[in-house]
Amino acid sequence: MSQVNQKNSEHSEHRLPSPIANPENKPFLDAAQIGGLLVKHCNTCNQAHYYPRTICPHCGSDDTTWVKSAGLGEIYSYTVMRRGVEVPFAMAYVKLQEGISMLTHLTNCDFDSIRVGQKVRVVFQETQDGQKTHLFEPV
Amino acid sequence: MSFTTNKYDACIAGIYEHPLRVAPNHTVAQLHAEVARGALQDAGLTLDDVDGYFCAGDAPGMGPVSMADYLGLKKLTYLDSTDTGGSSYLTHVNHAARAIATGQCKVALITLAGRPKSEGSSGTQVRSQWASAPDFAFEKPYSPAPLNTYAMCAMRHMYEFGTTSEQLAWIKVAASHHAQHNPNAALKDVLTVDDVLNSPMIADPLHRADCCVVTDSGGALVVVHPDIAKTLEKPVVTMMGAGETTKGQMGGKVDLTYSGLKWAAPLAFKEAKLTPEQIRYASIYDSFTITVLIQLEDLGFCKKGEGGKFVEGGQLISGKGKLAFNTDGGGLCNNHPANRGGMTKVIEAVRQLRGEAHPAVQVPNLEFALASGIGGALGTRHGASVLIMGRLQ
Repeated sequence: MSQVNQKNSEHSEHRLPSPIANPENKPFLDAAQIGGLLVKHCNTCNQAHYYPRTICPHCGSDDTTWVKSAGLGEIYSYTVMRRGVEVPFAMAYVKLQEGISMLTHLTNCDFDSIRVGQKVRVVFQETQDGQKTHLFEPV
Repeated sequence: MSFTTNKYDACIAGIYEHPLRVAPNHTVAQLHAEVARGALQDAGLTLDDVDGYFCAGDAPGMGPVSMADYLGLKKLTYLDSTDTGGSSYLTHVNHAARAIATGQCKVALITLAGRPKSEGSSGTQVRSQWASAPDFAFEKPYSPAPLNTYAMCAMRHMYEFGTTSEQLAWIKVAASHHAQHNPNAALKDVLTVDDVLNSPMIADPLHRADCCVVTDSGGALVVVHPDIAKTLEKPVVTMMGAGETTKGQMGGKVDLTYSGLKWAAPLAFKEAKLTPEQIRYASIYDSFTITVLIQLEDLGFCKKGEGGKFVEGGQLISGKGKLAFNTDGGGLCNNHPANRGGMTKVIEAVRQLRGEAHPAVQVPNLEFALASGIGGALGTRHGASVLIMGRLQ
């Protein structure tokens, strides 16, 4: 496992695939580029959602606005993808303080020490085309 | 004696599972045609009788348009290409039955085939058909694949309910006990719990042996009007109830402990006027061991969180346990054609109701059977479908 974790912490030779830019997620990706994690908040039903949409998936309203997340949360579930991939990685659902969960990766940690319920915070990492994306590390 | 009501009167009259598990020299269309012919022959019908055709995303080209032309279907009055991944074919049976009940067709053919083994597909890889999904714009950096997303369901189930890897392993062990009697099964060796736990860890907590096989193969079904079923020689298997739905991340309110069957199964049981206690054979979609465990709970065979206790000690082994499951060896050991296991779930349920399962695994005097499926990825977005069938006495 030590070899696995070393590869993960370096990340130098292996960048993650890039998110796909589109008109609906441009503010999200632009914010990531300067270290901000945005989620969508609906002004009609007063609930946050993820992944972000123009129209609220909870109530159908188009009165949705981007809000900055504190970027803090806990691990809802995770797995360590050890085989069948070029470089092993730790995938997780992180439940943000705002109450919504997002699919992501965990970084800067020993994969064997990851636990459900662990507190984490957002970090950003450059992907293959230069766009940054969010990952989480233990607090 | 009739189990059916006027609004839901249809019978499964033909079944066929392709015997190959590796088919490098077949085209996908050819496999579809071979299983179509097999299921129609099994029913005692011909291509000329078919007026309804159903296929999903595994069909090449423009789905039913391409395949109807390839197969030479000339009398179609009803088409359906609903694609919910591996659960599609359960959904197709439901849709075919409703179409027959409302007079839109009389003989519905459903086909599935693919060559993922020869094409080098693996459950560790991102599925190409997910690439245009709106979620993938955000999730692409993280390489969501069948293995890692199902693994997160297992990890959460273990955290909330204390489910163990040993309990999950019992599901594979039960499937392997059945597969030893299936000469076509991809894996025929009987496994122990230790065999499963000693297989390589792929995505924590899922080992290689927690996964289904990858096979080139296919299967087909023929669903017919009862008036036609009466004229055929095989025992009549009739539809009694069905339910289908989808479940996703619910706008971020992610809950990995249950599937869409939590909502779909009550619809099927209500329509069939049955309870889970009356089901002695069930085909449960088994892409991974955790897939089975979560469905058993959502179908009502045990309470949420108690799936681990339900399966341990061989309780899914036919003739030994309280519920016989996947007596062909399932996707875990026998066949998972085109990476889509719903078709073979229906086929084995029909074999059981006809009394055509292998004698070593046949459930005696079976009146009712259930087949359920999860298509797509349980941990992100999936289709969920369930059928309850009965044998007309």
